[in-house]
Amino acid sequence: MFRFILRRLLQMVLAFFGTTLIVYALMFAGQGDPIQALAGERPVTAAQRAYLTQKYHLDQTGVGGFFYRYLDYVKNLLQGDLGQSLTGRQIGDILQQAWPVTVRLALIALAVAIVFGVTAGVIAGIRRASIFDNSTLVLTLLVLGIPTIVLAPLAQYFLGVKWQLFPPTAGAQPSLYALLLPGIVLGSLSLATALRLTRTSVAENLRADYVRTARSKGLVKRRIVSVHVLRNSLIPVVTFLGVELGNLMSGAIITEGVFNIPGVGFNLFRGIRTEDGPLVVGIVSVLVVVYLISNLVVDVLYAVLDPRIRYE
Amino acid sequence: MSDFETVAATENQAARRGVSGEPGAPNQVGATQKPRSLAGDAWRDLRRNPIFWISLGLVVLITAMAAVPSLLTANDPRDCLLSRQHAGPSGGAIFGYDFQGCDVYARAVYGTRASLLVGALAALATGVIALVVGMLAGYFGGWVDAVLSRVIDIVLGIPLLLAAIVLLKRLSTSSDNVRLFAVIFVLAVLGWTTAARVIRSSVITAKEQDYVSAARMLGARNGRIMWRHILPNALAPAIVVLTIALGSFIAAEATLSFLGIGLKAPTISWGQDIDTGRIHMREAATPLIVPSAFLALTVLAFIMLGDAIRDAFDPKLR
Amino acid sequence: MTQSAVRPTPASPTPPGGHLLEVRDLHIEFRTREGVAKVINGVTYHLDAGETLAVLGESGSGKSVTAQAIMGILDTPPAHITSGQILYQGRDLLTQSEEQRRQVRGKEIAIIFQDALSALNPVFPVGWQIGETLRQREGMSRADARRRAVELMDLVKIPAAAKRLGDYPHQFSGGMRQRVMIAMALALDPKVLIADEPTTALDVTVQAQIMDLLADLRHDLNMAMILITHDLGVVAGVADRIAVMYAGRIVEHADVRSLYRAPAHPYTKGLLESIPRMDVRGQALSTIKGLPPNLMRIPSGCPFHPRCPYVQQVCVDVVPHDLVLGDGRTSECHFAQEVRDDSAR
Repeated sequence: MFRFILRRLLQMVLAFFGTTLIVYALMFAGQGDPIQALAGERPVTAAQRAYLTQKYHLDQTGVGGFFYRYLDYVKNLLQGDLGQSLTGRQIGDILQQAWPVTVRLALIALAVAIVFGVTAGVIAGIRRASIFDNSTLVLTLLVLGIPTIVLAPLAQYFLGVKWQLFPPTAGAQPSLYALLLPGIVLGSLSLATALRLTRTSVAENLRADYVRTARSKGLVKRRIVSVHVLRNSLIPVVTFLGVELGNLMSGAIITEGVFNIPGVGFNLFRGIRTEDGPLVVGIVSVLVVVYLISNLVVDVLYAVLDPRIRYE
Repeated sequence: MSDFETVAATENQAARRGVSGEPGAPNQVGATQKPRSLAGDAWRDLRRNPIFWISLGLVVLITAMAAVPSLLTANDPRDCLLSRQHAGPSGGAIFGYDFQGCDVYARAVYGTRASLLVGALAALATGVIALVVGMLAGYFGGWVDAVLSRVIDIVLGIPLLLAAIVLLKRLSTSSDNVRLFAVIFVLAVLGWTTAARVIRSSVITAKEQDYVSAARMLGARNGRIMWRHILPNALAPAIVVLTIALGSFIAAEATLSFLGIGLKAPTISWGQDIDTGRIHMREAATPLIVPSAFLALTVLAFIMLGDAIRDAFDPKLR
Repeated sequence: MTQSAVRPTPASPTPPGGHLLEVRDLHIEFRTREGVAKVINGVTYHLDAGETLAVLGESGSGKSVTAQAIMGILDTPPAHITSGQILYQGRDLLTQSEEQRRQVRGKEIAIIFQDALSALNPVFPVGWQIGETLRQREGMSRADARRRAVELMDLVKIPAAAKRLGDYPHQFSGGMRQRVMIAMALALDPKVLIADEPTTALDVTVQAQIMDLLADLRHDLNMAMILITHDLGVVAGVADRIAVMYAGRIVEHADVRSLYRAPAHPYTKGLLESIPRMDVRGQALSTIKGLPPNLMRIPSGCPFHPRCPYVQQVCVDVVPHDLVLGDGRTSECHFAQEVRDDSAR
């Protein structure tokens, strides 16, 4: 177990440097004026130019200079110093305000996925080829096939604007109720995937040899399903949901943008729209780290849940 | 945004399902049976599946719409008059006019081409990368496999939308065609991993079959074995994965265009129109609903088609 | 024999004149998308208290399916029991409710499977899995179940049983895992133990240990045992009687000694001749030609006729039925006498 975690930790460190290097290289390396690349089409003031040059050590040149700047960037990232956005605000401050909102939204989405997705998945897996199973398969296929950029605006229009069942936008200090519709929209994809994964996993485990053993021990069916099958089936599902929590926190760009929820994704959305390079790089870097950490946590979780990995 | 991860998750299951045998007594029954042609069985299944026919019909329609949009509308999508802003249906404009006073329906029809082009070319490029990587990793195994598998792991670990944002932000000032190919490039570079995994595992399965060992013992060269014996086996699962990927690439392109870093005017794309429609949804809903419906149906058509084909080839869990 | 609905008292487990366990003319089909496979086609055998019956056959001959039918753990669908009886202590299990049958499982008849690694649940400790039977079926407390689990693991000779209680199946060697499986099957003191290819997945040396253990346990606990195997070598030292299965039928049935001395069915004869013998030098090993039949298209007449060296026209036309050869032997062969006489020579 300890060695397993150590190995994964090492892998994560490698992945961290790999990914941040790619992000950094793509942002700054290559042709043209790196400052203009950061700013996009916007004019850059002399003060901004001076700040960016100093911030990213753009006066250094060559490959050595590149790595010098890269290490500098990583050092700042690890220290939580993300610099300023083009609007002059500290990116760290922006994120500090945005995180709680994003986490709340992601948790609502995850709750939706667990309550509906996993439950329906277990039922569909047990009653394979029933009407319930077939209709959930079609429904989830529909959900999986409809992109968020379609789902979010349409839900906002029909449920928020036209029928007024939910607040159409969230605003600066969103209430839990205002986050409910965006949470459902955000969670719908995870719901569909969790449902399908649970169904497959339950159906596979129901045919496992150990189920036959449990039956030959004379256990009642309810116990076989709820203890033996579920405990095994939920290993991949829990793993998926863990990865998904990381995804949901970094993946709420569209949903937060559409519903005006002042979370991390919304700030990234705005950064892209306003061509605020430093803001985009800062947020993307942090999100990549969040993503990597959530993957690590999930692997550890996997080891905790599955003794075959724990005692490798 | 997690369209990709989602499809990836289901595809990974497919890859796993593909290799796991069926336990229990039924195996004993079939043990002595003559193996039937997998393709024949699959086709028999497909023919009876209504989802297959519906999605195939849609795909044909979408392809025709992309090739000859004037078949479905007589109006010019770029013929916009601000005086017609959000006007109701008239003439050929069955869904009325949008914020710019353009024909909503005509724009949606003409938007098909860019979406399908991006999706198809990205899927093609993905297929080539995945085939090369998957074949090399699966066929040679050993350190080649170890290295390529780690590369797959790393690329798979990059969140697609975030990476696409970073990559495409560089190109904010480029011309139309450059942007189109940049989007295709980004999608292919980030999206090939799932297909590569699927191909790798089917190559490994094919490699262990008797006739392949026989061919190797008879001294056939690696290139020839890969081309003649292994490739045909990897093709069916690859096509399934790529069909589904095509759908998700179209969704991803629309998402990038929606964010303003994918395709840009004058190219007509659904993602942009959805974004514009969304902003003005309180004044008029059809400019939002129509391109949304076109996009959703297109993505669904490809994903359902791939799903139907996969179920036919791998019926174990139906 | 008088059939009564009253549960027989433990003092007289076998009703007078009846067998402990009896399978009568059992027919089972698997209905799949590809067609109907007739897996069991009229199997009849019996088991008396304290004896060991070996059921021998190739994979696909239906020996495991019969065992699963006795346990009531066949997956239905695809399996369908179309006719026949399975009598335990005189009562037909097939007419009982699921709840009644559940009571029989583990307590009266227990089973161990071929591959203990997949037959044990990978995510629970073995002690927990052995104890589960006791807690669920006997209402034992957690502590009592634990104690009893250690006793059972000692009984099957797992070293340092108390220490290994918390280990998971994959942490055991193949042989030890099979011992865990056996301990679990013995938890409720069953009267019949079905061992479904218990040693197939193991190394040869370990195979012998497990077979010895099973033989000892059968004797010490005074159980009856059905030993399912495809390996004639495994059978000899352990079994009292042998039933040979082919294509879902019992083709030959005899006590071990007479069967080894002179098999009366060409299939059994073929099986025996394909075992290398230490006492004959320079002997060419023979094999049975051809493949086991496709159960969706079982050959007409005697199902073995396409592979049989004794084949005549009658074998193609007429299904042979049990020919009694005296001293309790039967053979489903039109030429049983000839085959036996040939073998004896």
